Amino acid sequence: MKERLQQLQQEALEKIEQANDLKALNDVRVAYLGKKGPITEVLRGMGALSPEERPVMGALVNEVREVIQTALEAKQATLEQAEVEKKLASEAIDVTLPGRPVKRGNHHPLTRVIEEIEDLFIGMGYTIAEGPEVEKDYYNFEALNLPKGHPARDMQDSFYITEEILLRTHTSPVQARTMEKHQGRGPVKIICPGKVYRRDNDDATHSHQFTQIEGLVVDENIRMSDLKGTLREFARKMFGEDRDIRFRPSFFPFTEPSVEVDVSCANCGGHGCSVCKGTGWIEILGAGMVHPNVLEMAGFDSKKYTGFAFGMGPERIAMLKYGIDDIRHFYQNDVRFLQQFNRV
Amino acid sequence: MFVSYKWLQQYVDLTGITANQLADRITKAGIEVESVEVRNKGVQGVVIGHVLEREQHPNADKLSKCLVDIGEENPVQIICGAPNVAKGQKVAVAKVGAVLPGNFKIKRAKLRGEESNGMICSLQELGVESKIVPKEYADGIFVFPNDAPVGADALELLYLDDEVLELSLTPNRADCLSMIGVAYEVAAILGRSVKLPAIELKENDENVHDYISVRVDAQEDNPLYAGRIVKNVKIGPSPLWMQARLMAAGIRPHNNVVDITNYILLEYGQPLHAFDYDRLGSKEIVVRRAKNGETIVTLDDVERTLTENHLVITNGKEPVALAGVMGGANSEVKNDTTTVFIESAYFASSVVRQAVKDHGLRSESSTRFEKGIDPARTKEALDRAAALMAEYAGGEVVGGVVEVNTLQQKDVVVAITLDRINNVLGTTITKEEVVNILTNLQFAFTEHDGTFTITVPSRRADITIEEDIIEEVARLYGYDHLPATLPIGEAKPGKLTPYQAKRRHVRRYLEDAGLFQAITYSLTNEAKAMMFALETAEPIRLALPMSEERSVLRQSLVPHLLEAASYNRARQVENVALYEIGSVYLATNEHELPNEKERLAGVLTGVWHAHLWQGEKKAVDFYVAKGILDGLFALLGLENRVEYKQAKREHLHPGRTAEILLDHKTIGFVGQLHPVVQKEFDLKETYVFELDIEALLKAEVDDIRYTAIPRFPSITRDIALVVDEHIVAGELQKAIIEAGGELLKDVSIFDVYKGDRLPEGKKSIAFALRYYDPSRTLTDEKVTNVHEQVIKAVEQQFGATLRG
Ligand SMILES: [Zn+2]
Repeated sequence: MKERLQQLQQEALEKIEQANDLKALNDVRVAYLGKKGPITEVLRGMGALSPEERPVMGALVNEVREVIQTALEAKQATLEQAEVEKKLASEAIDVTLPGRPVKRGNHHPLTRVIEEIEDLFIGMGYTIAEGPEVEKDYYNFEALNLPKGHPARDMQDSFYITEEILLRTHTSPVQARTMEKHQGRGPVKIICPGKVYRRDNDDATHSHQFTQIEGLVVDENIRMSDLKGTLREFARKMFGEDRDIRFRPSFFPFTEPSVEVDVSCANCGGHGCSVCKGTGWIEILGAGMVHPNVLEMAGFDSKKYTGFAFGMGPERIAMLKYGIDDIRHFYQNDVRFLQQFNRV
Repeated sequence: MFVSYKWLQQYVDLTGITANQLADRITKAGIEVESVEVRNKGVQGVVIGHVLEREQHPNADKLSKCLVDIGEENPVQIICGAPNVAKGQKVAVAKVGAVLPGNFKIKRAKLRGEESNGMICSLQELGVESKIVPKEYADGIFVFPNDAPVGADALELLYLDDEVLELSLTPNRADCLSMIGVAYEVAAILGRSVKLPAIELKENDENVHDYISVRVDAQEDNPLYAGRIVKNVKIGPSPLWMQARLMAAGIRPHNNVVDITNYILLEYGQPLHAFDYDRLGSKEIVVRRAKNGETIVTLDDVERTLTENHLVITNGKEPVALAGVMGGANSEVKNDTTTVFIESAYFASSVVRQAVKDHGLRSESSTRFEKGIDPARTKEALDRAAALMAEYAGGEVVGGVVEVNTLQQKDVVVAITLDRINNVLGTTITKEEVVNILTNLQFAFTEHDGTFTITVPSRRADITIEEDIIEEVARLYGYDHLPATLPIGEAKPGKLTPYQAKRRHVRRYLEDAGLFQAITYSLTNEAKAMMFALETAEPIRLALPMSEERSVLRQSLVPHLLEAASYNRARQVENVALYEIGSVYLATNEHELPNEKERLAGVLTGVWHAHLWQGEKKAVDFYVAKGILDGLFALLGLENRVEYKQAKREHLHPGRTAEILLDHKTIGFVGQLHPVVQKEFDLKETYVFELDIEALLKAEVDDIRYTAIPRFPSITRDIALVVDEHIVAGELQKAIIEAGGELLKDVSIFDVYKGDRLPEGKKSIAFALRYYDPSRTLTDEKVTNVHEQVIKAVEQQFGATLRG
């Protein structure tokens, strides 16, 4: 009997080994461990054994069953694994084929620049003020210390609609309006972005419509050094931490003193290159201390309050930042141009 | 303003400072030097020669054979092609070995068999621009005065070894429209002194009043008028140094009298005019406003019709000059002039500007009057001019000045404390530094206890208030020394307004939905101005447009977006999806600002989605556009307050256009372009929309509030309704929602059918209705109850039947 069992075990293990699919394996299971299988038969024959031999034989039978069972399970796992792999292999795809495109547009480059500047100044405690593009002569010129007949009006040939109404030539009227709303009480701390218009023929460097961002701070004890510090902060955030700025004296009717502000050239680091025409500096802003006439006209006591103002052109900044060579691109809306600004 | 470095040295010592260094210092102190022009364009070895003999070239009609003394041992033979070369002339000779512009080397040569040892030069050949070469030498060589020393460096005498600084002057610095003004500026920058020209005026014992009288009838326009008579002048060339300086400043020399007036204009910034006294036609000068329709022929031989807005100098009867702008041809100084009346006056900028504007005539004189001159120099300039005419035109100055002077000149006095200067600038400038700066500016001042009381010289009319003094101190102290600080004071966080914040969300949403942001022009033409407008008003026209295409303010963004789409299509970009947020301008009345409203518009054309290898390709259609807008309304929390209504609008497809309502008010439209318009813009099937974005962003919406996640299963029932084909889905859906009550959570449309399997004039729309009760698991029975009510409602309201 013992030999018989060992022989059965041997046979079963061989057949398990040979089974190469789950059905064949199941046949082996039924054949050897089933109710009609040879091992069950051996158990039935145990009645003929002596009481001493019976437990020994019983143990042996269980042992054989277990060995076969374990082998069956192991083989089952292997076969199942193979089956899964075969299925997966049949499901393989070409991962190099193109993905389903996600449609995405993007900001106009001017909006990109304007939002960046807005966010930068919001971070410094400014709010954003907006105002009409069609303006009264009063807010566009007179309230900014440019009375009728002032020679500086030459500098900004304007689109008039009537004698008193025109398309604003700068966003400064928003400053005048905001100050007026404050009724002589500071602080005022605003950024004014928007469209402006001048009588220029459109060419590579001129556009009859363009954008501006101006800033204004009015409070007690505002100093010109605060203007320098603020703009240096701006230049570094906008153009890189190692940028520097310099002031050059200039003239604007609404500020006194007035300066033009240069930022050290980001292209060459200030050594001089074609971008900065060899000077190491790039003119970016006009700025100055708010003219006392402007403060007084808006209802501020110019003995008590001082302020600074600055202005810049997003077109110019975008042209520098992205190397754009023609201002007309901004208003042609060629998709091949617009889509170049589609990433971080 | 062109400033000759050599000429400037007459007034300020420039030792140790090159023209480029000077340019840099001037720029840093506030006047931008645009360029420094080196006048020598590569010329070497050109000297003054004396033409000893001149004869016809034996073999060439147009050539002369000259024997020229060039200050060397022997005279040299030079063949010259200039028509005006003559014996006895002093001329510029490029010697053998000399170099002319363009690296043109002069060599010994044989011209038609005759030896030539050098070249006699015209000014153009020395690199001088034709437009400033004196007219009589325009087509030949330049003839020097007889006293030009033989062998001397011709370049030096002609100021061609000079450098010229081009100043770009801001309107406030009219003081630097004169050499003396520039000299004061440079002196202040360098801390050096100014040497003013010495005037040695000898008058004869006649009285000018016997020659002429002056009356000013327009004193506001002309507060100061002064004049002198110089008799016995001989018209001829002015001295070489004067011609050279004028040319360096970009002015063409004419004759001694005219050159002297131009020279004084440049030196003092005081425009002068010289009249031929004998041609004046009377012995009086009357300054008055012109009469309407009065005419004058100006020096440029143009007849100009005047109005009472123009100021004229008259001889008591007719105009002899357009004041401050240009003289009249009738009294012009000519070669036979012997007596000159010199006018030196102060004309108000407004009246001169008007004349310049009306006649399109700008001159060196008018520019200075327009920007404002220093009246304190008016009479000094007159004296200097008379003295120079005596010296260089052989004239005799008649005793005395005719003058009408109603000028109210008050000294400008500004008081400012040292503290104020430092408080405004954020600096720690010392009293001594301020003293130094004011001294260098040659401002008269006193200082007491830190308060400076400054008397501003009349040449600096731009300085009237404390801040002007602060600027003078700051720019000469140097902005590089200004510290960089940040404002002190309460720090409040900055923030976008809710409107601005939402507008940014809208931009990002539309871009993520596939649209590119466009920015188009606000100005358009009359035809496009009102096309597509949600609201229209009288077109707003520019008073003086630059072109018809940009003459009227837009009332809709759509036309320019269509132009952009068309622009792209013309460049093979067929698939275009653009949006714009911008203003439209609606007139109210003539004296008020227009109503400026913000709009959101878009244009979609071409393929919307393509993924070809998986067989996907979808062109833009109405529902693409609508889907984008649905998403936008959902973004703004307005999806349940918006309705689409079938509509007919001009320029749009009559069957494929919807008006969009928010809270039952029209706020926009979406639709397909009418084929006619499509063709006009050269586009294919195109969809557009425009919305009143202000209404959308200003609509009040509740904050987000959490609702419980469903805990019980929902039950979905589908129904297909057969209705008349004119019945729209939106109405059916509305009725279903109403009848479904609280349990009906949502309704979606999953099929629309029209065709053979239905009777003619009918269509079927299939809805999926999802029922849900947040408090318990729904029973079939309960759902069936509600569902039957829904079916009954659509049967009753629309005659709908269930599709079997
Ligand atoms: Zn550079």
